[in-house]
Amino acid sequence: MKYVLAAFAFACGLTACTQKPAPAPAPATAAPVPKAVAAAPAPTTFSPPAESAIPAGPLGDVIRQGRDIFTDTPTHAKAYVGNGLSCSNCHLDAGRQANSAPLWGAYGVYPQYRKKNGKVNTFGERLQGCFRFSMNGKAPPLDSAEMVALETYAWWMATGAPVGKKLPGAGYPKAGFKPPQPPDYARGETVFRNNCALCHGDDGLGRQVAGRNVFPPLWGPQSFNWGAGMHQLDNAAAFIKANMPFSRGNTLSDQDAWDVAMYMDAHERPQDPRFDGSVGETRRKYHDTPMSLYGTEVQGHLLGSPTGMH
Amino acid sequence: MFRPAIRRLFGIVALAGIGMPPAALAVDAAAIAHAGNGRGAAPCMACHGADGAGQAAADNPRLAGLDAAYLRKQLDDFASGTRSNPVMQPMATALSEDERHAMATYYSQLPLAMKPATALPAPDSAGAVLATRGDWSRGVPGCVQCHGPGGSGVGANFPPLAGQPASYIEAQLKAWQEGTRHNDPLQLMQHLSAALSAQDIESVAAWFAAQPVPVAETAP
Repeated sequence: MKYVLAAFAFACGLTACTQKPAPAPAPATAAPVPKAVAAAPAPTTFSPPAESAIPAGPLGDVIRQGRDIFTDTPTHAKAYVGNGLSCSNCHLDAGRQANSAPLWGAYGVYPQYRKKNGKVNTFGERLQGCFRFSMNGKAPPLDSAEMVALETYAWWMATGAPVGKKLPGAGYPKAGFKPPQPPDYARGETVFRNNCALCHGDDGLGRQVAGRNVFPPLWGPQSFNWGAGMHQLDNAAAFIKANMPFSRGNTLSDQDAWDVAMYMDAHERPQDPRFDGSVGETRRKYHDTPMSLYGTEVQGHLLGSPTGMH
Repeated sequence: MFRPAIRRLFGIVALAGIGMPPAALAVDAAAIAHAGNGRGAAPCMACHGADGAGQAAADNPRLAGLDAAYLRKQLDDFASGTRSNPVMQPMATALSEDERHAMATYYSQLPLAMKPATALPAPDSAGAVLATRGDWSRGVPGCVQCHGPGGSGVGANFPPLAGQPASYIEAQLKAWQEGTRHNDPLQLMQHLSAALSAQDIESVAAWFAAQPVPVAETAP
């Protein structure tokens, strides 16, 4: 743990925590609470077309199919989901919400070189990564009906957006978002109990009704795996800061968001599918960043150890 | 022979003392629901219906099948004044703490009569969209994102909305909005209700009131 925090402080002092800093201007910072949002004119983010503008006919049908997969993935892309999560758990408002990695912000910036797999990824390949890691499932073939529908939905949502330009509100607002102090597990636990457990449960395993997630599990066997972007502290902290508690985004302090992100990402979750038998080697190959707690010891437990999750 | 019997007797006395306080044993929740407690608490069913399904004409909510911890908190909040209501505050105050908790358990276990869906508003109607998807441009999540598919209810903090009279849902949304009801965790309801128009409130209440009970497994 000490190692991680020291490494963390060190890396953050040098670069943007080894993550490529987002070139976007400061995100719509500290988006005020909804009352003020409603009153504030001139949104600084891209506005995707209204859902009611989805056209009739075969194209519209596929767009709607994509939306349905996006908002209820276990039902509509069952074969490729391993954990019961839906895309919309981390991309709020069916992929429309600014600063919640909206589809309209992602579609136009692919193809893109990704360090994660060391090659140029098409948008479809990027979506495959979501299924493999965040959904702890398997990648739908690029020409599968599910993938075509998701790509069509994203393409439609990006109607009128520029190609190859990072828009304000795209991704999670990571640029310049640093913890005042290194994130701390014990403080994070307090933040969790006071702000998150209400919905995600004291055990962090979410809440289900009739076998469907109402509130998604944050860790454990039904959550995203160790290869998912959300297991990295900077992604989780930025997402939490902008979007959590649900409908109360930008109410936690920066420190609280980092602390609770660390608390979440210091819990055990399904193994990284790239695991090669050695936690240390897997960390060295894929998680060699202070933003990942994989392969480090927290609370006396080696995160990512094959027997870690029961 | 003698000593085990003593021990057993001792055990029974200890169990009774710890697990079942005499006052709790004495509460007959069904009797209170039907006839009141004789100390100022009126029969619950007079306003909440013989089956606990509520009375739409008088804004009186459904109680049957709600989460016990939720009901218990509401009764305790009425008694302490944390939740205000001219009718319920005197009732809750007239109930002892044990009686309040017994009533919460009683109603949580009362099965709610099945109710078919009634004239369900179209999926693209304003009420349906607000209920299932919300309006995030105003910071309003879909109601079902916390209250469960079809408004089924989720745990102790997100009560069912399906099967509640539209008039009750409307009255509560307005109470959150005006701040006259403020016993919500994390101020979730006070906060989001502030963004709703009177028309929003009416249409979303109508959507939930039209839902079937129990909600369909495929409900949005």
